[in-house]
Amino acid sequence: MNEDKLTVDTQTTRGVPSTLPSPTNAPDVDAIHTPPEVAIAEADVRTAETLETVRASSLWRDAWRCLLRNKLAVFGMVVVGVVTLASLLGPYTIKRTTGLTPDYIPTEVSLLKSFPPFTSSDGSFSWTHPMGTDNQGRDLLARVLQGGQISLMVGIISTLVSLVIGVSYGAIAGYVGGRTDNIMMRVVDVLYSLPYIIIVIVLLSMFRSQTARGQLILLFVALGSVSWLTMARIVRGQVLSLKNQEFVLAARATGVSTGRIIFRHLIPNTLGPVIVYATLTIPTVMLTEAFLSFLGFGVQPPLASWGSLATDGIQNIAIFPWQLIFPGVTMALTLFSLNFLGDGLRDALDPQMRTF
Amino acid sequence: MPSTHKCERSNDKVEARNGTLLEVHDLRTYFETEDGVVKAVDGINFQLKRGETLGIVGESGSGKSVTNLSLIRLIPDPPGKIVSGEVLFAGQDLLLLSAEEIRKVRGRRIAMIFQDPMTSLNPFMKISRQLMEMTQLHLGHTKQQAYEHAIKMLETVGIPEPRRRAGDYPDEFSGGMRQRVMIAMALSCRPELLIADEPTTALDVTIQAQILELIKKLKHETGTSVILITHDLGVVAGMTDHLIVMYAGKVFEQAPTRELFAKPGNPYTKGLLRSVPDPTDEHGQLYQIPGLPPDVAHLPSGCPFAPRCDYEQEICHSEFPPFVQLNSEHYSLCHFAQEVYFESASAATGVKES
Amino acid sequence: MSASQGEFPQSDGMHPPLETGAKVPLMAIRDLKVHFRSRDSSWSQVLGAGPQSGEVKAVDGVTIDIYEGETLGLVGESGCGKTTLGRAILRLTEPTSGSVLYRGTDLAHLSGRALREQRRHLQVIFQDPYASLNPRMTVGQIVGEPLYTFGLARGKVAEQRVQELLETVGLSRRFIKRYPHEFSGGQRQRIGLARALAVEPEFLVADEPISALDVSIQAQIMNLLQRLQAEKNLTYLFISHDLRAIRHISDRVAVMYLGKLVEIAEARRIYEEPLMPYTKALISAVPVPDPEIEATRERIVLTGDVPSPINPPTGCRFHTRCPYSIEACKEVVPPLVEIKTNHFAACIRISPEEPDIERVAPGDAPGLRSVERMTAR
Repeated sequence: MNEDKLTVDTQTTRGVPSTLPSPTNAPDVDAIHTPPEVAIAEADVRTAETLETVRASSLWRDAWRCLLRNKLAVFGMVVVGVVTLASLLGPYTIKRTTGLTPDYIPTEVSLLKSFPPFTSSDGSFSWTHPMGTDNQGRDLLARVLQGGQISLMVGIISTLVSLVIGVSYGAIAGYVGGRTDNIMMRVVDVLYSLPYIIIVIVLLSMFRSQTARGQLILLFVALGSVSWLTMARIVRGQVLSLKNQEFVLAARATGVSTGRIIFRHLIPNTLGPVIVYATLTIPTVMLTEAFLSFLGFGVQPPLASWGSLATDGIQNIAIFPWQLIFPGVTMALTLFSLNFLGDGLRDALDPQMRTF
Repeated sequence: MPSTHKCERSNDKVEARNGTLLEVHDLRTYFETEDGVVKAVDGINFQLKRGETLGIVGESGSGKSVTNLSLIRLIPDPPGKIVSGEVLFAGQDLLLLSAEEIRKVRGRRIAMIFQDPMTSLNPFMKISRQLMEMTQLHLGHTKQQAYEHAIKMLETVGIPEPRRRAGDYPDEFSGGMRQRVMIAMALSCRPELLIADEPTTALDVTIQAQILELIKKLKHETGTSVILITHDLGVVAGMTDHLIVMYAGKVFEQAPTRELFAKPGNPYTKGLLRSVPDPTDEHGQLYQIPGLPPDVAHLPSGCPFAPRCDYEQEICHSEFPPFVQLNSEHYSLCHFAQEVYFESASAATGVKES
Repeated sequence: MSASQGEFPQSDGMHPPLETGAKVPLMAIRDLKVHFRSRDSSWSQVLGAGPQSGEVKAVDGVTIDIYEGETLGLVGESGCGKTTLGRAILRLTEPTSGSVLYRGTDLAHLSGRALREQRRHLQVIFQDPYASLNPRMTVGQIVGEPLYTFGLARGKVAEQRVQELLETVGLSRRFIKRYPHEFSGGQRQRIGLARALAVEPEFLVADEPISALDVSIQAQIMNLLQRLQAEKNLTYLFISHDLRAIRHISDRVAVMYLGKLVEIAEARRIYEEPLMPYTKALISAVPVPDPEIEATRERIVLTGDVPSPINPPTGCRFHTRCPYSIEACKEVVPPLVEIKTNHFAACIRISPEEPDIERVAPGDAPGLRSVERMTAR
């Protein structure tokens, strides 16, 4: 008897109400006459409307909002933006307003020396050189801004190189798996264990280029080719955990090809950590470049980077401190900002903290 | 020593049999979120007598777990906050205790077991150490006493060869065995109240049966009161004396278990009971509650269940329903509680007569 | 035959044919095995050497037929291999041996393109509605991808089709531009179902499709599955650990324990008169949502845990926990025998003549005789 209770319950709710006060009656009758499928669909449409008003958001927009709430990251973003813009536009603006270029060496012999900031040749206040000049009388502001172009370019291009190599290497190793994966990752292990600065130095001195531009390209390649290792590991780890997720199985079950699985299902889902790591790679690469310039392997004159400017400045630190302070501070500020931005991005994009 | 504890307890039991252990008045816990204030628990009242078991049933987001965390003040603050209420535990309001005092209550007088036995044990500590920590901390046991007690507890919860297994690490235990260890830990200080939050959800049916039998047996032996939180109506049916059904942070229905199953006085409870497949029933269409659980941050002004309810009328959308007393111990949050209750009652007697 | 090693060859000849009457199975699974090797260390893999440690026999010789239009429920506890079996049938996991005949084509031995073609007819929905949808793709892209893959529709037509599919599973057409994280569990499960239906499959593996959902939503999804089955003449393999759900939705139920099927029968029969002791225990362990019944019910509580599939017990794999086990159970691997009409069970302590284990004399193993008859053949 008791076992039947639930079933009987069902019947009575549908049958009995007519004898009861009317309020309960109407909707129940309605429920009987509406086919259940229609009822489901209707109910879903009802929820659909609330859904639309309540949660219209995409993952990227959520991440963006989260990033904007992080004050340090916003600060970083602003500084990086300002520095980048200034580096891109600065040298041209200076040239148009004062006629000075970063490598303009004055013809007058009296000007071939380092002036402090805001000082003209007669020692009075002047707007011509807000950061002063270097030993050969070149405008330091123009040189710092141009150095910024080179430094940022080294940072970004080398990171892009590492991104391309690292992401594809890691994704292939992770998805193919098995022995291929093992061999590929052991190669990474071996490369990891070599001191990369020495590799870069060896690369740079082996293929020493005659032109400054050629040397610069060599620098991109050298830095990029050692900084992809961590990227490859990160992407492989992501792909390993993603490839057994059910959405990848579902894609396989609907006959989606391997290439499409890697590029449409796997790589887009690794983008969060990849962006974060790439943002944090830029300052590392820039720092390495500065270090190489310091050793004389970096950017060659007449081109300058923040690193090479600082190296020049160090030689005269006692007499002309501004030669080190300005490029040094600009670089430090940019590196800090990039790191803040990277940390902010990590918080915003970290899949652990988000629900999807 | 364990044996003396047992004596104390059995004396307690006699005098405390009829006493009320826990009284909760108008407990409200809110969370500040981006989307606004989420009223995770919005006014809950209940009493728990010594030796009784209370079940709290609800779907995800109903506020059942937040309720239990609020009782022992483990709500993450911020964003959570207990806005009002009283939690009288043996006459003492837990919400007024200092952080230090509440720590002494937790684990010692109120113990908890959680859903996931994988994450609630420290993987880097031997089982024996984790058990010993409890009694050393709360009962002031010496190392030797604590060890012996730990072994005894492992034996009580049915771990074979407790002396050998005590030196193992949690990952050497299966899920069911870990849950047993959790129970051993929870009961090692002989708490007056055990809160079990979905204790068997992560376990297989045959293991679930073992764990439920164990809780039942230990409850009987020690006279501990139990709050059992679950989404499974089958589990509460056999385990509890009283039942609270929660939906969207509100208590929808509250009654003695048998009464609630036999004569549900709330459309939601009724729907929930009917949507569980009945083994005696043939293939036919299963009853389904339409729609989705509500977004707790954006509740409608009227009854939160109205959009999914079979009994829904205009009033349900405009006015928040009253908490109707149906008989001495049976309450239901519904504008039409009486009607629903009579319907169920007549159906129940109808069955009995036929 | 050495009984302790006695893997009963469950090949076609030896095994009792499961076909009933004149019905032709849509899916005939024969002696399917999936064994996983536990991982070697990475350096030894590169060097091509190294010891090969234990083998996990996730699915160990499964033979069963699935008929057109039916729902076969596959039930078992975690680690019993039910998910692996479901995936091996669809070749999402590579089977070690055996065959899966789908309308006469052996899926287990198809390669590349041919397999991809067959995938049109065989689909799957998964347990975790959060993991089974790509978070970076819109609902339209997710549901439309199979259409694109099989070149079934493109552009506007495809969009139209996706909208129809969404409506079929009870979702709004306007959801097409939305991302999975905006939906609740039940809605995501519907999206997964819409994707599976896009290619108009005949056979659907539903792998724990409701266990991650709330009670009220479970009923919705089960009803939806039943409705779609009726409308589209689908065949389901419904995998679940939830016996109540299995009982409700299935026509026949197969019970799995440690990689082997131990009982197959109609859903009602298996519930009312389970034969194999494990099934008995499993069914008695399910709590009934009725306090009156629960108060008086006698429950078989099994002792111990499910043994590890790496070194499963010899003989009958259930003998370590079985209240009825005798010495012979440790040695003889019981074959699936048709104890009653269309009711198969793997237990040597029962036989067609003596189907009720309670009534079998202590220590007697009537099933052993039929085992001997079969091996003698």
